[in-house]
Amino acid sequence: MAYDKFTVLTSSAVPMPIENVDTDQIIPARFLKATERKGFGDNLFRDWRFNSDNTPKQDFVLNNPIYSGKILVGGRNFGSGSSREHAAWAIYDYGFRCVVSSFFADIFKNNSLNIGILPVTVSPAFLDKIFKAIEADPNAQLEVNLPEQTITILATGEKESFDINGYKKHNMMNGYDDIDYLQSLKTEIQSFAAKSMY
Amino acid sequence: MSTTSATLFDKVWDAHVVRKIDDGPDVFFIDRHFIHEVTSPVAFLGLESRGLKVIFPEKTFATADHNTPTINQHLPVQDPLSANQLKALETNSAKYGISHWGLNNPKNGIVHVVGPENGITLPGMTIVCGDSHTSTHGAFGAIAFGIGTSEVEMVLSSQCIMQPKPKKMRLNVHGKLGKGITPKDVVLYIISKLTAAGATGYFVEFAGEVFENMSMEGRMTVCNMSIEMGARGGMIAPDETTFAYIKGRDKAPKGEAWDKALAYWKTLKTEPGATFDAEHNFQAADIEPMITYGTNPGMGMGITKHIPTARQIGGSKASYDKSLDYMGFHEDEAMLGKKVDYVFIGSCTNGRIEDFRAFASVVKGRKKADHITAWIVPGSHIVEQQIKEEGILDILTEAGFQLRQPGCSACLAMNDDKIPAGKYAVSTSNRNFEGRQGPGARTLLASPLVAAAAAVTGVVTDPRELI
Repeated sequence: MAYDKFTVLTSSAVPMPIENVDTDQIIPARFLKATERKGFGDNLFRDWRFNSDNTPKQDFVLNNPIYSGKILVGGRNFGSGSSREHAAWAIYDYGFRCVVSSFFADIFKNNSLNIGILPVTVSPAFLDKIFKAIEADPNAQLEVNLPEQTITILATGEKESFDINGYKKHNMMNGYDDIDYLQSLKTEIQSFAAKSMY
Repeated sequence: MSTTSATLFDKVWDAHVVRKIDDGPDVFFIDRHFIHEVTSPVAFLGLESRGLKVIFPEKTFATADHNTPTINQHLPVQDPLSANQLKALETNSAKYGISHWGLNNPKNGIVHVVGPENGITLPGMTIVCGDSHTSTHGAFGAIAFGIGTSEVEMVLSSQCIMQPKPKKMRLNVHGKLGKGITPKDVVLYIISKLTAAGATGYFVEFAGEVFENMSMEGRMTVCNMSIEMGARGGMIAPDETTFAYIKGRDKAPKGEAWDKALAYWKTLKTEPGATFDAEHNFQAADIEPMITYGTNPGMGMGITKHIPTARQIGGSKASYDKSLDYMGFHEDEAMLGKKVDYVFIGSCTNGRIEDFRAFASVVKGRKKADHITAWIVPGSHIVEQQIKEEGILDILTEAGFQLRQPGCSACLAMNDDKIPAGKYAVSTSNRNFEGRQGPGARTLLASPLVAAAAAVTGVVTDPRELI
């Protein structure tokens, strides 16, 4: 599925300083029953966001109007658990384009890159600075610069570099996905398969 | 990679690289692809919108498991959304020529149970599925891991995914396990030491005497939980135990093909000169029956211990407090004697015949505690049949338990098997996340023996007292 190109994103951010945010929190399994990719944002963080009678939980950050933006900032080990791409879809569908944490679970990170969400891994110290900046000003702007591979807290000018492999970076900047690329290798793949013992 | 320094993982990985990309992932060839009803429909929609075909339909296998009811499977599925997903799997499989084991097919069951028991899973393969517990198949010396739906679409259309090669970790467990200590305890122990993110970025090889002496069912339990320490997957070198398990299974190679395969499989081991990016050693004698007390699988402890304090654990105290608060537990409390409401035995972690034998060994001659609701769910119809043939069903019935029909069930509670809010469940499944087994449900992960001990006593009990 095509997604928007990602180059430089400047936005306020939503803070979620909780460790081990797992995919069952991001999107509980009972909301995985769709056969199409739409509407998952409505159930993002469903059980943290809503009471069992569907009224919003006032103390949850997504229900607090002072926080908004296209960047979600999470605690260590964000996205652990299931391989459900629905977790990344829910985050994208809600309106986030970038998730920042000091540590991501592997499959979540891969899924995010495949659908156009940029996972940015920062040092624990820099993550702390981001949380402090948002605490001081809920509208604090972050600049995520993919070409330069940097993230900056604009109010203080504090900046850190992040890693991404060149192939994925190129894809994100151009809105490409892997399926088109793999189609271009079809002959090579077929001759590889012909030699396989399985 | 020279052959004298290659690990098992290197050998299998390197044999599947179609092309290397500079500063990017490998184009990685997939031998076996499993699909189920939840993570495949959007991938098929993607194929359709791009006008692509399934490149090798004979390399993909479909089974319905996540959403299926565990009673009255002969009746139409009540939940219209679940029924719709099951129908989509059937329709898509038929349309693209993919083998499909739907509800009521005698081969149906949880994807990570049916693959191995039908000889679809073999050593040296690369295996993926839109399910993180695909790591289970690593028990055979395969590279097996979970993928997202975009990648499901890649495998369907090109039999490849784009994957950077992970780092390598070896986990050795030395010595012999004590009485009542099961493979589930071994893996929960390792995760409690490494944490739920301790192996993120790595592919794990489990090695040492404990795994060499373990059955295939046990090895599957261990590899299944690799993802719960953050690893993409885990594997164990194939040996005589592996070959004996595979031989004669439905789709396993036969005759000359078997001999050829066997000769190759025997080369699949880590060379003495190989090095790992990380390595940890554990002693079997230190492992007790394990139980979790928190909301990630790393929050586990020996069943006779007290819940650790945030200070002992390290990390964020706020996150730790949130977790214990959800569970209704306090620091430094004992777990033994805590009241349990539900017991669940099943799932891709502990839904195989050996698990039900273990459960039955404890409940035999005893009665289910009155206040306990027990869900006993085989991993497949083949397991269900074995339970009946071996007389395990009689033992269960005598003790007041009922056997349900196969499926993922209360492991992720997508069907009606949901633990009610606030209730405690001793569960042989793999995740104790908030709400995993139903909104507000409180999960205590443990082995089939610990589950059985709780089922007959009604409280958290050390199974060694009953065996």
